[in-house]
Amino acid sequence: MIWGSVWGALRRNPLTLFGGCVVVFLFAVAVSATLLPIPDPYAIDADAVLEVPSFAHPFGTDELGRDVLSRVVYGARISLWVGFVSVGIAIVIGTLLGSIGGYYGGWVDGLIMRFVDVMLCFPTFFLILAVIAFLEPNIGTIMAIIGLTGWMGVCRLVRAEFLSLKERDFVQSARALGVGNLRIIARHILPNSLTPVMVAAILGVAGAILTESALSFLGIGVQPPTPSWGNILTSGKDNIQIAWWLSLFPGLAILLTVLSYNLLGEGLRDALDPRLRGMR
Amino acid sequence: MLSYLARRTLTLIPLLFGITLVSFLVIHLAPGSPIDVLADLNPKMTAEAKQRLITYYGLDKPLHERYWQWLRRFLALDFGVSFSADRRAVMDKIKEALPITITINVLSLLLIFLVAVPIGAYSASHLYSTFDKVLTVFVYIGFAIPTFWLALLTLILFSVQLEWLPISGLSSLDYPQLSLAGKMWDLVSHLILPVLLSAFSGLAGLSRYMRGSMLEVMRQEYITAARSKGLSEAEVIYKHALRNALLPVVTILGLSVPGLIGGSVIFEQIFGIPGMGRLFFTGVMSRDYPLVMGILTIGAFLTLLGNLLADVSYAIVDPRIRRGGAG
Repeated sequence: MIWGSVWGALRRNPLTLFGGCVVVFLFAVAVSATLLPIPDPYAIDADAVLEVPSFAHPFGTDELGRDVLSRVVYGARISLWVGFVSVGIAIVIGTLLGSIGGYYGGWVDGLIMRFVDVMLCFPTFFLILAVIAFLEPNIGTIMAIIGLTGWMGVCRLVRAEFLSLKERDFVQSARALGVGNLRIIARHILPNSLTPVMVAAILGVAGAILTESALSFLGIGVQPPTPSWGNILTSGKDNIQIAWWLSLFPGLAILLTVLSYNLLGEGLRDALDPRLRGMR
Repeated sequence: MLSYLARRTLTLIPLLFGITLVSFLVIHLAPGSPIDVLADLNPKMTAEAKQRLITYYGLDKPLHERYWQWLRRFLALDFGVSFSADRRAVMDKIKEALPITITINVLSLLLIFLVAVPIGAYSASHLYSTFDKVLTVFVYIGFAIPTFWLALLTLILFSVQLEWLPISGLSSLDYPQLSLAGKMWDLVSHLILPVLLSAFSGLAGLSRYMRGSMLEVMRQEYITAARSKGLSEAEVIYKHALRNALLPVVTILGLSVPGLIGGSVIFEQIFGIPGMGRLFFTGVMSRDYPLVMGILTIGAFLTLLGNLLADVSYAIVDPRIRRGGAG
């Protein structure tokens, strides 16, 4: 049923369709990167340092003579990987705490929601940086930290869904039949509250990719030589006077990716859940 | 109004408590003895600095006592001494950097408000016009564009290529010799890009929110009533609709404070501005723990203050809020 309306949303709104197509395309490129006819993104070539875009190197080369197109393509792998895993972490935590709070209510709910309020007081970027100061920056830590600081929105969404769903007749009748709390949560309420979570996840991937690129740009995210859109931009900044292509292409890649995820997420939200229209 | 203010301030107390607890736990997050982990990560940490940390955090005592001790010092605004070579108190460093960041953020908030409200309102009252469509495109781009990338591009254009604006810092080298007008222009030319860019993404968000809020208000019965009593369209929109549509926007403005403060790390780093963000980043890179902890907590307090200000201004403009029991 839900997939039918997803398809309907894609067909009706060309912007949503565009977003969906780019998302699928990027995913395909990232998965098949090793099969594509592009140079090795780690291959250093001392004879081809900082070359302008040409037929051999459509996006030019970087300060070590590596092909920028390859690095952007492999960067897509990193960005999407970070996006999916960190959003996965955020969704699991948010859904768990949101269901518990919404279903049981009372002081448990109060405690969880106050914790959400406190977490929202910290500027997310500050919190992420502070934790990184205590840990070694690598891709695993980055994913964990982005996930651990990004679950609050999902938690509020799931809790709100639970608050309204738990009063509905089908839940009441399940309870009257003697179904246990855990089973009611997992089998009756949760599946009905997944639509806003799915939308939040799609929008969350966009946010996580932006955060990861900013961290890598600052040099505390994905570490070179592993290519990431953020750390290619760092070399763009270092060569700002001579090599515009190092700044242009990775930035465009981030813009296109984030734009597509936002278009897809918002298009689906408007189609599946008109109540949420205009929210962010 | 006073009783509303008092009630609202009281609700902050558990939040303040929570903020200090989370900040405290962040430093105890590292596995094993935190100080050993910190010492391993930071080759520059001397035995004396290590001892200083142990005394400051009272690591020989149980956890709850440690927290209490840290909280008492914290309430006296004592964040300890920075690990950096100058050995200055963290609070002194923050006092220097904070006004710069606050100035830039207040300027961008002002800019966001002054630009987003009119374009959002115009867009809503001219629904599906060319202007409205252009705004929608701008909003999508505004949300998706990495602002640090935009900063790089504008820096390439205005500072490297056109040489209209300085590349970094807050003032030029010859600042003390300049005339008053020269000084003012010097300051403006250094601030213009950081303020514009930190306002950029907020601008997209708020103009879209304003448009939504305006559309919501236009559907209300009192707008139909205003129209039916023969008021001109301009009067309906600017006198009746706009004022009511502004109410939720004030709150959103307050909620955007953490994003702005967080974003200051990137902007101050790119533009070389000696504010909180740069101080924080330097602290993170040199693993200057007292500094990091101090700024983290102050950042959260500023957010709380932003939210409080937003709520209070909401209550000032909307009497229904302060009379109602909610708060």
